[in-house]
Amino acid sequence: MKKCNNMSLFLKGILKENPVFVLILGTCPTLAVTNTVIGALGMGVAALIVLVCSNVLVSLLRKVIPDNVRIPCYIVIIAGFVTIVQMFVQAYFPEIYELLGVYLALITVNCIILGRAEMFAGKNTVGKSMIDGLGMGVGFTIAMLMMSIIREVFGNASFAGIAIPFLEPFKIAFLVKAPGGLLVYGLLIALVYVITKGKAPLKKSFSCEGCPSKEHCQTGSCEVKGGND
Amino acid sequence: MSKLTVSVSPHIHSGKTTSKIMLDVIIALLPATIAGVVIFGLRALLVIGVTVGASVGFEALFNLIIKKKQTIGDLSAVVTGLLLALNLPANIPIWQCVIGALFAIIIVKCLFGGLGYNPVNPAITARVFMLVAFGSMAKAAFPTIVDTVATSTPLSAETMPKLLDLFLGITGGAIGETSALALLVGGIYLLVKRVITWEIPVSIIVTVFLFAFFKEGFDFTLALSQVLAGGVMIGAIFMATDYVTSPSTLFGKLIFGVIIGLMTSLIRYFGSYPEGVSFAILFANILVPYINVWTRRKVFGTGVKGNE
Repeated sequence: MKKCNNMSLFLKGILKENPVFVLILGTCPTLAVTNTVIGALGMGVAALIVLVCSNVLVSLLRKVIPDNVRIPCYIVIIAGFVTIVQMFVQAYFPEIYELLGVYLALITVNCIILGRAEMFAGKNTVGKSMIDGLGMGVGFTIAMLMMSIIREVFGNASFAGIAIPFLEPFKIAFLVKAPGGLLVYGLLIALVYVITKGKAPLKKSFSCEGCPSKEHCQTGSCEVKGGND
Repeated sequence: MSKLTVSVSPHIHSGKTTSKIMLDVIIALLPATIAGVVIFGLRALLVIGVTVGASVGFEALFNLIIKKKQTIGDLSAVVTGLLLALNLPANIPIWQCVIGALFAIIIVKCLFGGLGYNPVNPAITARVFMLVAFGSMAKAAFPTIVDTVATSTPLSAETMPKLLDLFLGITGGAIGETSALALLVGGIYLLVKRVITWEIPVSIIVTVFLFAFFKEGFDFTLALSQVLAGGVMIGAIFMATDYVTSPSTLFGKLIFGVIIGLMTSLIRYFGSYPEGVSFAILFANILVPYINVWTRRKVFGTGVKGNE
């Protein structure tokens, strides 16, 4: 029974509560680095590592961190892990480091990571938080890969840097540019909405507990889905 | 005597249906289509055929996939395809026509809920998309029936072609936009059939003319050629007057037309693209809901002092 729960906890990050396509979080890296498959994969894996580590640590410290200053504490924890990942990538994968540029450091303010720390890891046990981080991270990576494959294959006629000759005369360079990214993003959101039939249980998971606007909120339920960067 | 039937208003139907209006638009576009084929050759016919066919095909396919009632009978997909094709250069690669039709029908129209729900004109948006996405749009075809210097569009040529050539359409450009004469014939047909009203086309053309007239130092010929060249005519008569994406009040239509004319001239004179009609119409399409709200008629009897 417990294992089954963990499995669904992991799987919900991939489709039902996909951070990119359903929660609409982390849009900045999603649009910025998905013009190449390599860059998208690097970003996805880097965010996955940071997400799992920060979720575990936030969950470990959740009883120690005072409620009033929890957001600064989360950011310090996340920034620490981002620095580690950044140095690691710079040392071992200098090409990817060049490719991702400033967006690697910007994982610190990636809404997915802060969002999971706030919404999940701050309230749940270490094991569950780790699985949640893994699921969300894998969901993020899959979303990045989907975006980047569509954009690179049809926009640049190549896959992960390897040219696809027969697509060369039919490439639509527009897709590699920022407006093309927004277009692909919108279409994929629509597709995921159709697949999940719009039944993503957002209102339940975004309960008013721990909501920063709780005191000022008049409605008592969240009509707005997710947030943005 | 038949039984007395009781029904709610309206009791008199004008007989106008979507498919009849669309058929009128197709008839009105025929002169420009024929002129385009005459000027640019059979290749233009191929572009038109593929774009129209793909548009209808994509709409039918979309309705099949989402199990909606088939809507291709209202002919709006034919009009969209035809308008898009007339806005393309005759030498465009055929696969790009198919992508353009896909963009117009699926993304701009069907995904927003079909005819009547699209916030922007599908044909214009697809043209703008293709302009941004494909380099081939900039290299417009030049006529096959006369020897002319290959220019992208007359607006970027060093010397403007003669006015008569511009009026007849013997110049470079998209298939259907060059012949002002054929477009005017279609426009007059639409006006007579009361499919469109005069406000939008006239305000666009007058604004473009006046802007050029003052900008060029009161040169009548240059100002007139600004109106006749490029896509002003087809845009003003056929694209901007689309019911779904134009304002519904008289004053709103005038504002809408002036905005399009102004944006067109600004892009032409100060922008990096030689032609700005499609961008201007797309921009004004987005403003339509606001124009409609702003120019809404006051309900009779309200707003009078002591009557609140």
